[in-house]
Formats: sequence, structure tokens, C-alpha cells
Amino acid sequence: MKQLAIISGKGGTGKTTVTSSFAVLANNAVVADCDVDAANMHLLLNPQILSKHDFYGLSVASIDNQLCTECGLCKKHCRFDAINDNFCVESFQCEGCGVCKYVCPSDAISMETNKAGEAYESITRLGLLLAHAKLGIGEDASGKLIAVVREIAIRMAEENKADLILIDGPPGTGCAVIATLTGVDLALIVTEPTISGIHDLERALEVTSHFNIPALVCINKYDINEEMAREIEAMSNSHNAMIVGKLPFNKIPTEAMIVGKTVVEYASNTFTSNIEEMWSKVKEVLKL
Amino acid sequence: MKIAVASGKGGTGKTTVAVNLALSLQDIQLLDCDVEEPNANLFLQKSVDRVEDVSILVPQIDDDLCNCCGDCVAFCQYNALAALPNKVMVFESLCHGCGGCKLVCPEKAITETGRNIGYIEKSSGNGLDFYHGILCIGDAMASPLIQRLKCYADENKTIILDAPPGTACPMITTLKDVDYCILVTEPTPFGLHDLKLAVEVVEKMSIPAGIIINQDAEGYSEVEEFCKSKNIPIILRIPYDRRIAEMYSKGIPFAEELPGWKEKFREMYEQIKRIIE
Ligand code: SF4
Ligand code: SF4
Repeated sequence: MKQLAIISGKGGTGKTTVTSSFAVLANNAVVADCDVDAANMHLLLNPQILSKHDFYGLSVASIDNQLCTECGLCKKHCRFDAINDNFCVESFQCEGCGVCKYVCPSDAISMETNKAGEAYESITRLGLLLAHAKLGIGEDASGKLIAVVREIAIRMAEENKADLILIDGPPGTGCAVIATLTGVDLALIVTEPTISGIHDLERALEVTSHFNIPALVCINKYDINEEMAREIEAMSNSHNAMIVGKLPFNKIPTEAMIVGKTVVEYASNTFTSNIEEMWSKVKEVLKL
Repeated sequence: MKIAVASGKGGTGKTTVAVNLALSLQDIQLLDCDVEEPNANLFLQKSVDRVEDVSILVPQIDDDLCNCCGDCVAFCQYNALAALPNKVMVFESLCHGCGGCKLVCPEKAITETGRNIGYIEKSSGNGLDFYHGILCIGDAMASPLIQRLKCYADENKTIILDAPPGTACPMITTLKDVDYCILVTEPTPFGLHDLKLAVEVVEKMSIPAGIIINQDAEGYSEVEEFCKSKNIPIILRIPYDRRIAEMYSKGIPFAEELPGWKEKFREMYEQIKRIIE
């Protein structure tokens, strides 16, 4: 079983458009939506949830104001500025370290478990299996939830003898991306020929090189700035990352999204044949 | 006055809005809080100076004093400490710097030392004070860096904060204590889905908000219906326009080139001021 992660550095480059199309084109893949902060894959694949797992993040402090004498020790020791002037815990701010509870002389503080999100095993309208999740707002445990989604995907793939896990990754180059990339066989970076696209591509390539993960690059909207597209090609070459696809600026992805379809289901034209060609190249690299 | 520019989803035009707004006004401070991808300066092209290396405190264990009781390991909520038979190991990248292990150590074997998480750069001139934070690649501690960056806020100016995408901790850290939040979205199902999450955040934090629809086009009116149902005003629409996309690709703020846009951004700003007052 192979694992392919589709990432982008910068958000909004068309990562989910590509992943969802690959999901349709692959015969036997399980999809893992690891963009748990802003999961969008379900909007295209319309999953039916088969089972649901609660995900607990770090606990959150809670102060019993009956017992609290307002001595101020907790406030003084909290390094995350999570206790306000009324001696209430700002739960968004609290990192659950437990220091306040430890220093409180009146035993007024307890640590409460906190459901930070949910992970799901689903079957989509196309019969494909999907592992996905929803992280509560303001939560800080996306790396851990990504690990849970990936575990679910691997289990589903094993049970169903799938030969590929397609991972839709989060934007950025932080710990969420690292949690997405660890142990994958190949990364496909979807970028665009813009000054910020190229900047973030460089950071993404640094991450994949650092972890020794072979990388491929897809240039979306390449015709918006062909000169910059050439710069991307040069940069990718210097990182040994092959360009596997160049997609033109096109309204099809948005139109398809509005009717809740993947582009390869929605249309059949040069845009979609570009995606199909890209998929064959990726398949070849993965030796599927 | 502090105005944050945020969006539930990346790539909706948050930085474009923050930069064009900053360039349309006078006496502005712009803080790029998207420390994983600080892109605002790609559009401003300012020469920057490093003003600070940012670190968080992590424990250092004196092996001579440590008797391996394991109290610190039991206390740490982030698995940043591990007990070996004759030694306690620190995994610095997992440490949130809470200081708890030092407090609980009965042998006083723990002191603290800095671990670098990133740095802050600034530039000024032309009526625009600009700061950004750059997080070390792969580091998980975006929030402490953003907090540090926000310490440079100059309350005498109008402060614009370019927030990180999403609705996780770094976005919340950016939004804390702002007077207004501009949410940038696109008229698509993805845009709407992520806008709803962002609206949930501003509602929970009781921050007044307005919405900018970027790449505005016919065909999907659900975003507008949602804004209406939530009573959140649409304060600006930026059309779907290939010229804007091309300028963006070259790093040119479109308000500098397309006539009338600076006025539009100024009007929007006046509208925000009226709402806050
Ligand atoms: S648990 Fe830690 S972060 Fe939360 S309020 Fe207590 S000291 Fe602050
Ligand atoms: S400072 Fe806090 S997070 Fe860091 S090792 Fe000590 S207990 Fe763990």
C-alpha cells in the first residue's frame, strides 16, 4: 500500500480539486482529508458517516469561584495569559498545562477534559472510503488529529485491500504539514505561478527534502504568469522535483464545486484530460 | 484601533486585502501574523531589518541534581520529557514552555533556557510601519511568536493584522483584543464552509466583523444569504478579474494600479470606524 500526500504550502492553490479528481481516477484508493482545520473534501464527495470517534485534546482549567480566594498565584504562573482579571479561565487561551492547578493553595482549580474534535470513517457517494475529521475552533491539536485520521485511513485501506491512500494535506509548513508527511511515499505539491506561490513552494520543498520525501510539482493556473511558471520549473528541477502537470486558469473547478462534483465528473475537456495525464504520471512514479 | 484581516480558508485574498488597505491609508502599522507563510512583504517589497530572535523557555536538567523521581515527566502534558533509567530527557520541540516541570521538581534540578522558534523583522517609512514574524520551518509554536509580534503594536496608529488562515490557535491569538475583524471569502461552497467557521470564532470572541467577497461573480448567492442571516455586513466586493489575478501573481497591489480602489478601501475603512464607534 502506497501513501501520496497532496500539499501546497500556500492555501487556495487547488489542492482539493486535484486530490478529489485523483480519488475518482484511482480505482482502489482510500482518501484521507488531513486539512482538519478547514476540511473541504466532504463538500465534493458527500460522505455518509459509518463511524465516529471523539477526539480529546488537552484539558482545560476551570476555577471554582466558591473556593477561589483571588490570591492571584495562578494568574502569576500561567504563561499563556489564560486567566482573566475576574479569575475565569479563557478557554481559547488555555493550553492545559496544569500549572495553575498545581500552584493554587485553595484547591479551586480542576482540569476538565475537552472534546477537541471528531474523526470519521465514511463512505462517499462514489463508494470510495474517506477518513476525515472536524477540529473544534481554537484548538491546537491538529497534528494529533491528523495522526488519528491517517491511522483510520490505513486501517480502512488494509481491511479493504486498497493499494493507495490519497492524503489531502493542510496549508503551511508547520507541524500539521509534518504530521501529514511523515512516512508517505510521495508528495505532490500544488502551486501557482504567483510571487507568494513560489515563495511557499520553496518552503514546502525544503520540508520534503528535509524528510527525504520524493516530491512532484503541479502548477495550477500556469498561464496567469508564464514567466513565473518557468521560474517554478527551474526551482523544482533544482530540488529534483518533476513537474507532472500544468493546469490553465479556468472556471471549471469553481463551477464543479458549486454543483458538488469533482472536475473529472463535471466536465470532459482539455482541462480534465490534463488532470488525467497528471494522474498517469503520478501512478507511474508510485509504481501502481 | 486594531483591525484583523482573517479567513477560515487559505488563499482567499487575505493578504491582498491587508496590503491594499494599508497602502490606501495614512499612519498605518501592518503586522503580518501569518508566521508560517509571511507573504505580505512580497507585495510591499520593503527592505527589512531583523529586530528580535524569538524563543520560548524550555527546561534544562542538571543530571547531577536529578535523582530521576519522574515528577516532571508525570506533570508534563505534552510528552516533552521522558524518564530513562538514569536520566530525564527533554524533547524541546514538544515543549510548550509552561514552566511546570521546574515548579514540581523537588531537587531543584531544572533551570530554563531559550529555544529559538523564529524571528521578527521590521521596516518603516512612507507612512507605513511594517512588521512580520517568521516561524522556523516545521515548528509548532506559532502562537508564542505571534504574541511577541503583537507586542510591537503602536496604539497611536491604525493597526492592521494579517491573520493566519484557519480557525486554530494561531488565528485566535491574532484576533485577541482586536476592535474589528474583516473576513475575506469567495463565493464558492468551500469559501462558505470555511467562512462559517470563521464567523463562529468572531461570535465567540464578541468581535464585530464585516465580510469582503473576493473574486466576486454570479452563480453562487449562498454566501450573501448567510451574511444576511447572520446580520454581518458585506463591506466590499472585489470582482473576479483576470487583471487583478495577474497583478497578484507579480506581487503588485492592485489598488496601486487600478483607479478608484484606494478610495474604495478608504470608504470601507470609514465604514468600519463608524461601526466601532
Ligand atoms: S492550565 Fe496552564 S494554560 Fe491553562 S489556565 Fe492553567 S496555567 Fe494557564
Ligand atoms: S516546561 Fe512545561 S511543557 Fe516544557 S517540558 Fe516542562 S512541563 Fe513540559
